[in-house]
Amino acid sequence: MDNFVIAGKAYSSRLLVGTGKYKDFTQTRAAIEASGAEIVTVAIRRTNIGQNADAPNLLDSVPPSKYTLLPNTAGCYTVDDAVRTLHLARELLDGHKLVKLEVLGDPRTLFPNMVETLKAAETLVKEGFDVMVYTSDDPIAAKQLEEIGCVAIMPLASLIGSGMGILNPWNLQIIIENAKVPVLVDAGVGTASDAAIALELGCDGVLMNTAIAAAKNPVLMASAMRKAVEAGREAYLAGRMARKIYIASPSSPVEGVIASTNTLQH
Amino acid sequence: MIQLTINGEVRQLPHPINIEQLIDQNNLQGKRIAIERNGEIVPRSQYAEQYLADGDHLEVVVAVGGG
Repeated sequence: MDNFVIAGKAYSSRLLVGTGKYKDFTQTRAAIEASGAEIVTVAIRRTNIGQNADAPNLLDSVPPSKYTLLPNTAGCYTVDDAVRTLHLARELLDGHKLVKLEVLGDPRTLFPNMVETLKAAETLVKEGFDVMVYTSDDPIAAKQLEEIGCVAIMPLASLIGSGMGILNPWNLQIIIENAKVPVLVDAGVGTASDAAIALELGCDGVLMNTAIAAAKNPVLMASAMRKAVEAGREAYLAGRMARKIYIASPSSPVEGVIASTNTLQH
Repeated sequence: MIQLTINGEVRQLPHPINIEQLIDQNNLQGKRIAIERNGEIVPRSQYAEQYLADGDHLEVVVAVGGG
């Protein structure tokens, strides 16, 4: 069994999905089911006080009993905000330790602020959280986050929500080669082939939200992503053939080809 | 009269109440929420014990969709 282990727990799916940007919770649930994901991200936000007392709750559609929830720090720009958000998440989810840390540096690009990310990671690891960390695709920062004790390193493939795919496979490859903890592409996947490429490169998994939620048919895209991740992983394990630039090699026998009609005419 | 800031909104209460009463008054009983008071988590087990004080800052959060 080709299990994927995060913080000591084995998972069979290497696809992690978000719960944002869906039409409603029914669609959220259908897409997650079609994706086969076992780890599902959620955000932590202020509730409407005194309003919509009967508003549906995300956790009723994505129950913690069925999924491993991964609360994130989306929208946090400082160490303090990120750490406080995850303290709230831990209380909300009954002592839950597995979290996704992201400390942003710029609202337009949502690039991570790596200085703050490293500080927040250090604090959270010391406090006993299992930290899956969103990072730039800088191999040095990735290594530092691993040394701090993060349980998974999650470099961006391109900007969050951009759907631009994997812009720097070479950096990802360096990060993967250096890492002893799982490396997941987090952000930037646009369609199934992007996810397959991430796994073919040797990524241990992919985390995505918009690529599924913003598809015309999110549930069908979730199914496509599930297959792409499985296909990419199998291709990685199978080991691709060597690239042969300028040297063609026919798959069919060279001998025994019937005579060309040009020869018959003369 | 005490003044509180809850999720960024200023509110006045005629007399001090505990967090459990605050939850009841705002129809949040039984909801999956977490509360931070002046930067510190209030464990669920302490909702009845902790009385709100003038100038308190509260954050009341839920899980929502996100990536």
